[in-house]
Amino acid sequence: MSALLKAEGLSLRFGRVSALDDVAIAIWPGEVLAVVGESGSGKSTLLRVLSGQQLPEVGTIRFDGADIHAEGEAALRRLLRTDWGFVHQNPRDGLRMAISAGGNIGERLMSNGARHYGDIRAQAKDWLARVEIDPARIDELPRNFSGGMQQRLQIARTLVTRPRLVFMDEPTGGLDVSVQAKLLDMLRALARDLGLAIIIVTHDIAAARLLAHRIVVMRHGQVVEEGLTDRVLDDPQHPYTQLLVSSVLAA
Amino acid sequence: MEAGYNFAYLDEATKRMIRRAILKAVAIPGHQIPFGAREMPLPYGWGTGGIQVTASIIGPEDTLKVIDQGADDTTNAISIRRFFARVADVATTERTAEATIIQTRHRIPEAPLREDQILVYQVPMPEPLFRLEPRIAETKRMHALADYGLMHTKLYEDIARLGRIGTAYNYPVMVNDRYLMSPSPIPAFDNPKMDRMPALQLFGAGREKRIYAVPPYTPVRSLDFEDHPFRAIRAPHACTLCGSAASYLDEVVTNDQGGRVYVCSDTDFCRAEQEKAA
Repeated sequence: MSALLKAEGLSLRFGRVSALDDVAIAIWPGEVLAVVGESGSGKSTLLRVLSGQQLPEVGTIRFDGADIHAEGEAALRRLLRTDWGFVHQNPRDGLRMAISAGGNIGERLMSNGARHYGDIRAQAKDWLARVEIDPARIDELPRNFSGGMQQRLQIARTLVTRPRLVFMDEPTGGLDVSVQAKLLDMLRALARDLGLAIIIVTHDIAAARLLAHRIVVMRHGQVVEEGLTDRVLDDPQHPYTQLLVSSVLAA
Repeated sequence: MEAGYNFAYLDEATKRMIRRAILKAVAIPGHQIPFGAREMPLPYGWGTGGIQVTASIIGPEDTLKVIDQGADDTTNAISIRRFFARVADVATTERTAEATIIQTRHRIPEAPLREDQILVYQVPMPEPLFRLEPRIAETKRMHALADYGLMHTKLYEDIARLGRIGTAYNYPVMVNDRYLMSPSPIPAFDNPKMDRMPALQLFGAGREKRIYAVPPYTPVRSLDFEDHPFRAIRAPHACTLCGSAASYLDEVVTNDQGGRVYVCSDTDFCRAEQEKAA
């Protein structure tokens, strides 16, 4: 089996700050990969670069073996609305707040050419149920939803076209603990049912342990450690990873 | 002709610039072409875009008709017609069949147009996506990539809230299966007339400084859903004056007792129907 997404030699500087320094990363189909590290370590930048939203100064990103920037912006956008999904930390960035829940879920379908109102609505209802939102609320605006529901709606909107790879930027950030746990549970079930590959950026080590098969630890724009989740968290090699793991608060 | 003005008011260099924009617009049906709109002797919103397009294409042999909401006798129509009579000394008419150029605000004449006629629309807002996406740079990118899912989301919202597509005017169309275009605020009733029309259709937006066009016989399709097809909406009445049951009607309130009548919005069509009946 070959890698779904493979990036090599990524470098990007913001002025004198090196956000990415020769980063290589790969993800295989059906795999959940967590990118952890402190604020400013370059993990969100890495996600933006991997998902084509920002060009690296050096380096290549291949999806299914093809360079994602080789075919131009139109091809990249097609990728972003079909095979890829992006879940923002703040649901307001990923949702259209002035459009109903059903419209939000339907937008990706319609972008991909769905032109049957009844079908779009049926799929929207189905997805609302899958993310544990009452389908009767299909015509409500997202602002009537709680933060956790908005985040679940954003996930439904992203997954409705059955992407193969989903980028998630701190999806549980800003939610309270019980809501976080529920969201993580749901994500884990969806990833398994749909065979999703997920690259999830988080600073929450516990969330990473729950979801991820593999972990990449970043610091100052470099990958300092990489390995299976249990190995990295139970037997950290790099001093920074050791610090990170020992800083986790136990309840 | 009024002394001291160039033929048709605009200077020749400006007309040439506008003609270049028109040619480009005709070459790419439905695509908005920027142009250097001039100050005109009437306010924005009164047809500064349409009047510049008309000034650039009109010649001494042309016969001009100007309508506002279908009517030849409204302030906007009369003042633009008189303007060209003064600065270009062209013949003017109220009869659709006699005109070679028809400048219109918010209607397409009921009578079918011919190959030797040009229809010039006055457009307040050329961007069909502007209420949905506030960033002009982003709308340009969406046009470039033909990424129009957002427009359908708006139609979806209409059906979810109202049970039908609620847009009765300025109903978005796809031109030549490529560009999403605003038909200017004509009633949706008129949309089917744009499809494969034998006449050239030019659109001028003065304030927004855009020109676009639909060449003759170009397919123009109103957006819809398979299970909620586009419908041309018309008041279910007959015209009080001419009795037409097919034309687009204006509702006119006649008193404060709830009295109202329906009359054709196209005054030339209504007159012709009345003459036929008489």
